[in-house]
Amino acid sequence: MTDYLIYEPVIGLEVHAQLLTNSKIFCSCPAEFSVEPNVHVCPVCLGHPGVLPVLNKKAVEFAVMMGLATNCKINQYSVFARKNYFYPDLPKGYQVSQYDKPLCSGGYFKILNSEGKESRIGVTRIHLEEDAGKLIHDSGFGSSVDVNRCGTPLIEIVSEPDIRSAEEAVRYLNGLRQVLQYLGICDGNMEEGSFRCDANVSVRLQGTQELGTKTELKNMNSFRNVEKAIKYEIGRQIELIGEGKPVIQQTLLWDPDEELALPMRGKEDAHDYRYFPEPDLMPVTITDEWLNEIKFQLPELPETRKSRFIENYGLPVYDSEVLTSSKEIADYFEELASNLSDYKMASNWVMVEVLGKINELKLSINQFPVPAVNLSRLLYLIIDGTVSNKIAKEVFTEMMASGADADEIINKKNLIQISDAGQIQTIIENIVRAHPGQIKEYIEGKEKVFGFFVGKVMKETGGKANPKIVNDLLLKYLLKLRTQSE
Amino acid sequence: MNPFPHYSSHKEKLKLLSSGSLNLEENVRQFIGRIEQNIHLNCYLQVYKEEAIARAQEISNKITNGTGGKAAGMVVAIKDVLSIKDKVTSSGSKILSGFLPLYTATAVQRLIDEDAIIIGKTNCDEFAMGSSNENSAFGKVLNPVDESCVPGGSSGGSAAAVTAGLCDAALGTDTGGSIRQPAAFCGIFGLKPTYSRVSRYGLTAFASSFDTIGPMTNNLYDLALILELIAGTDERDASSAPLPVPRYSVNLTSEEKLTIAIPREYFTAGLQSEIRDKVEELKSFLSVQGYDVIDVDLPMTEYAIAAYYVLITAEASSNLARYDGARYGFRTATSGNISDMYTQSRTEGLGKEVKRRIVLGTYVLSSGYYDAYYAKAQKIRRLIKEDFDKAFQKADIILTPTTPTTAFKLGEKSDNPLEMYLSDIYTTGANLAGIPGISIPLGKDSRGLPIGIQFLTKQFNEENLLKFSNFVVQNFKS
Repeated sequence: MTDYLIYEPVIGLEVHAQLLTNSKIFCSCPAEFSVEPNVHVCPVCLGHPGVLPVLNKKAVEFAVMMGLATNCKINQYSVFARKNYFYPDLPKGYQVSQYDKPLCSGGYFKILNSEGKESRIGVTRIHLEEDAGKLIHDSGFGSSVDVNRCGTPLIEIVSEPDIRSAEEAVRYLNGLRQVLQYLGICDGNMEEGSFRCDANVSVRLQGTQELGTKTELKNMNSFRNVEKAIKYEIGRQIELIGEGKPVIQQTLLWDPDEELALPMRGKEDAHDYRYFPEPDLMPVTITDEWLNEIKFQLPELPETRKSRFIENYGLPVYDSEVLTSSKEIADYFEELASNLSDYKMASNWVMVEVLGKINELKLSINQFPVPAVNLSRLLYLIIDGTVSNKIAKEVFTEMMASGADADEIINKKNLIQISDAGQIQTIIENIVRAHPGQIKEYIEGKEKVFGFFVGKVMKETGGKANPKIVNDLLLKYLLKLRTQSE
Repeated sequence: MNPFPHYSSHKEKLKLLSSGSLNLEENVRQFIGRIEQNIHLNCYLQVYKEEAIARAQEISNKITNGTGGKAAGMVVAIKDVLSIKDKVTSSGSKILSGFLPLYTATAVQRLIDEDAIIIGKTNCDEFAMGSSNENSAFGKVLNPVDESCVPGGSSGGSAAAVTAGLCDAALGTDTGGSIRQPAAFCGIFGLKPTYSRVSRYGLTAFASSFDTIGPMTNNLYDLALILELIAGTDERDASSAPLPVPRYSVNLTSEEKLTIAIPREYFTAGLQSEIRDKVEELKSFLSVQGYDVIDVDLPMTEYAIAAYYVLITAEASSNLARYDGARYGFRTATSGNISDMYTQSRTEGLGKEVKRRIVLGTYVLSSGYYDAYYAKAQKIRRLIKEDFDKAFQKADIILTPTTPTTAFKLGEKSDNPLEMYLSDIYTTGANLAGIPGISIPLGKDSRGLPIGIQFLTKQFNEENLLKFSNFVVQNFKS
């Protein structure tokens, strides 16, 4: 698009991530999802008269972990604030959030930009807040409120307007999600709403510093929609400016079916939230000791793990990147590799066989039917020569289908590789004897016939003959025949 | 008014109950009888007649077995802003009429656990907003001392019930004087504890950073006893203080000659001369008794009412947002969209004073005005606290009138909210600073209306307050 040579998009993202705490942020109700409405509720999250919030420490720890992972300053004194607005899914008439004193601020997150270079996206702040409930309009009796989600802990991660394209936005989102999953603090499911994103988009002439008028995009519930919506909005703004029309500051809702972003109704957009410090909660004080404890608990992050895979396992950069793309896959690989000496072989198996199957069957690695320890045994059997690589793939398919382990399948199906040189020699000699025409051709110099004999031997042994030994012995024998005939 | 009951404190009542010379069930029935006779005072919104009698029988047995709690048999009335499970808790508002809580407030539960008998819910200003109890959706309360006068507010029902002998004691709440002012108007004892001393869990929030729960009684022993039972940290209130609670009631006497300070700023033109005289009388008495009586300055006093009303209305506007007709409580019968439903439910369900405060509070928090009002008022709050801190470096107790006048006439100030707000002038300071305050009855004016004197002290120093009050009550004869 030539317009990009003239205009530069400026994008900032606000990401909401639901935290995987056991209980809600201000009461002891379970924070887990429930299909049945209004079962995880109590007077506190229902906002009944006289109730008070009690802060879930785990939620604070999770938020601090994300702050540390995004190089933020952890504010050891932060304050909750009330964000006041009326909506039926908000039982108290205000949301407890953080305003001018957030828990984390001033961080950054590294991504690869559109030119493939490393780019730092500023993280303005990360704050803690409570989620609202849900409205259900198709329950059969008008509109209903489901309060289950009320009080689920959320962190809001606000970026600086450092993102320059829809692709970068998606890369940044993917990166954040990967880190959240590594930390084990959010499942990152965008479709189910546990990981949500709003985007602030504006455009300006390339080379200028002044920011254009921005719009806010909401309702993008997949990575694809984020990319499409931002692209759409950039295009729309460039077109407006090109026509000499102003961009109006407003909130737009992405319609994924029509692939359009339409303005929210004016009234809903005209909020004055009247923030003020939440008097029912003490300011959050994070002592040095507590902060150190959290730092100590911090798991290895994707970047570090990738480097370690390159160094410790001697894997190529590409392999390391693929294997560490999710914590679960990396865990699977490491469990697999822990019993093996050939790491590259383990990597190939994970990248080709395991990930191939997962993508094909649309499974997560945790749902994968072959546990790492079982696959590890299979690979061990390849290395020690019990089965060939080819047979191993057959065994692997069987392992996935039946859930049986490698040894069981190999024994049952009698798939143990024939590595006995004497036995193979006899088979070779019998086959050569049975094919005088082909041996003549070979002796006369037709090298291709070698492959014919390999195939015959493998067929004779049901593919179980050790291919290396077959190669060695066959070559030796055929050369001997050729020499004798000269 | 007939003197009733015939014991001077719960200590004495327990003795009579233990010895068998007082029958608890009979005692409860007598209270119920008096409540029914005095129905025109409109003290109670709910009376738990059968339940209280059944409890009396149960607790009577416990007392006989020696297993009764510290408040065994004490007949207590609860201000309607405090939740009791499955008992209508309306907070004096139409918008919560018929509302049944799912849980019991911590302070109330602690009394129940010590075998107090909850006799009923008392009337109060709607959401505890008012100084005369004329703002209740369920009608005004009359002052039993003079039925043409207000009982004070917002804990007017609790104060009147104690004065009229319709309970042994009551719980009230105090956000800007709502325990102390009605205690003064009705001639009883009222104690506003240090902010955070008593858990607020189950107290319908009005202004969260000011709200306190405290006892209202006809004697100091009961005041001390109830405080020691309801105070203390509560895991359901993150703002409750994690400090041990002294056994206030065990020893109320002290020989210590404290330094008593009189704040100059409190003796202004609006002060009724008979109350001023009473303070002077008490001052001289204390000097003679060997107390060091000094003058102090609380220079920020003139800004207290303004700062108070900015902050409490701000918090109230947010705290009361949940009463929108969507999930519980009153909902308008008229139809319309969600916004109409909110507007109409709140228009019909909330009273005039409550609406006035919501509008004020919404205004002071709105963008563009926040700094001029809310932020400035917070600064003044800090300065007022510093004023008190300085005063308490010189003195142990600050002595003031509780109110500028004795009880005023019903309807006298209902059309003048500003004048009504000024009746809180001596009490809001304690709420702004979070310090404890007590009002004790000290004689009457020429019309026979009780005069209340207020003592203030440092945070968590209720013990001093009670002991000093006890000395005055025992020794000062006006």
